[in-house]
Amino acid sequence: MTDEIKILVIDENPVRAAILKEGLSDAGLLRVEWIADTSNLYMRISALDPDVVLIDLESPNRDVLEQMFQVSREVRRPIAMFVDQSDSAMITASVDAGVSAYIVDGLKKERIKPILDMTISRFNAFSRLQRELDDTKTKLEERIIIDRAKGILMKQKCIGEDEAYTLLRRNAMNQKKKIAEVAASVVMAADLLS
Amino acid sequence: MTSPENLTVVRAGFIALVDCAVLVAARELGFAQAHGLDLHLTKEVSWANIRDRVNIGQFDVAHMLAGMPIAQSLGINHIKIPTIAPLALGVGGNAITVSHALYQALQDTGRDLSQPLTAARALGQVVAARQAQGQEPLSFGQVFPFSCHNYQLRYWMAAGGVDPERDVRLVVIPPPYMVNSLKAGQVDGFCVGEPWNIQAAAEGVGVILTHTSAFWPSGPEKVLGLQQRWAEAHPQTLKALLQALDEAAQWVDDPDHHAQLAHILAQPAYLDVVESLVLSALEGDLKFHRDGAEWAECEDALWLYAQMVRWGQTPPSAQAEQAVCRTFRPDLLVDVIAPRAAHEASPSPLPLDGITFDATDVTGYIAQLAIKNCSK
Repeated sequence: MTDEIKILVIDENPVRAAILKEGLSDAGLLRVEWIADTSNLYMRISALDPDVVLIDLESPNRDVLEQMFQVSREVRRPIAMFVDQSDSAMITASVDAGVSAYIVDGLKKERIKPILDMTISRFNAFSRLQRELDDTKTKLEERIIIDRAKGILMKQKCIGEDEAYTLLRRNAMNQKKKIAEVAASVVMAADLLS
Repeated sequence: MTSPENLTVVRAGFIALVDCAVLVAARELGFAQAHGLDLHLTKEVSWANIRDRVNIGQFDVAHMLAGMPIAQSLGINHIKIPTIAPLALGVGGNAITVSHALYQALQDTGRDLSQPLTAARALGQVVAARQAQGQEPLSFGQVFPFSCHNYQLRYWMAAGGVDPERDVRLVVIPPPYMVNSLKAGQVDGFCVGEPWNIQAAAEGVGVILTHTSAFWPSGPEKVLGLQQRWAEAHPQTLKALLQALDEAAQWVDDPDHHAQLAHILAQPAYLDVVESLVLSALEGDLKFHRDGAEWAECEDALWLYAQMVRWGQTPPSAQAEQAVCRTFRPDLLVDVIAPRAAHEASPSPLPLDGITFDATDVTGYIAQLAIKNCSK
């Protein structure tokens, strides 16, 4: 189908790219290309000749796309940013989500808006997932360090596990610190003294 | 001494280049705080992000390429938002670096590569020879459509008889990727700010052909850019910021402080490169305070606008010229920093192409140029 919009996703994060690609294909947009390694990007974009380019804002390569606004030999169809004078809310939403969209000149706005809305919502969903994952990882790391601190205290003070935990908690309350922080200093002290 | 809770927060975005030094020094050396400001600095990865975050109000001010406030005020390729630049953050610091292979080819022409004009003519000769042999055009990297790097590279090439639109390929490459692109053979040369030229030379990847200050008027390279609306809403904060930046610029320009400055700038929060590279760059042609480096004047803006018109980025118009002239705002510095002494206006090098720029007649200036792209 020649009418189908060809989308290029430039994102170094494979998980986020996959989440976005899935969203786009659910919406019936199947011609999605993904570039992660961004070397020689200008030539590769020119060769792919996409209708829409979606790029994450952490990528310095956004500036490469800005150059493609201008007519040149390599760029047959110049691209533009998905903005006009009334689009400030859309820019804010996309900057907050961490993504930007570029479209080929002349492509109808009504066809682009659902793509950008989908992209913004998938990027936001990814950030939420990332935060949850970070939280879980932090919690797991805290668990491990508390276990190590408990083990050290049990051995050195000849006390049981519950008592070791109570000791850590009491110290944390007295010092207005998190249990994991006190545990970390116990582990560090033990490492230094061993 | 103001207590921290009484400080006014100013949010600034910057790109990891040596000429972000004035903003960094204003924060790190306490100049901003002494003027009642808590200057928040955020490192950005692209000029497009800087533009967007200033436009939507996430940054109050930013480290901008001198052409950016002009492009913004004219609405070239993007939303038109009146943007101003009251102060220049740096002058100079750019160079054209070429691969060893291209340097060899340029040398083989027998021309004097130490002079920008003869070096440009050598390039013209190499380009013509390649065309005659049916070889691929040479590729050059620069950093942004509205960067001085883009305009300097084009101006230099055109003076040597090379049409940058037809005879070579110009591509945008983010500065941190520049050296690797040259190493991988994706480009044959580039024009970029420091420390990337010095790094290319230090790694044996390229040869610094010419510092662009040898042929380019001594106008601003980077400026403090902000929305005109913000300036009007926060005149006192802006005044305090400009005073702090002036003091910081004076500190930054003092060679006695370069070692300490290089140490600060090399940190991961800022440039995240080897300290010695930053130090070499500071010892180069960058100016922050001396020779009136902080002043960004109407004539400087019109010179950049003339480049935009020359290369087809925007059509010429008298109305645009007026808007451009209002973009650089030295009037906001008048009561803030010491007046620019007449002797401080450092002499600009003679025009490479022999055509003198007349800010009162931009159209007439462009009409005299042989190589241009104003057809759009």
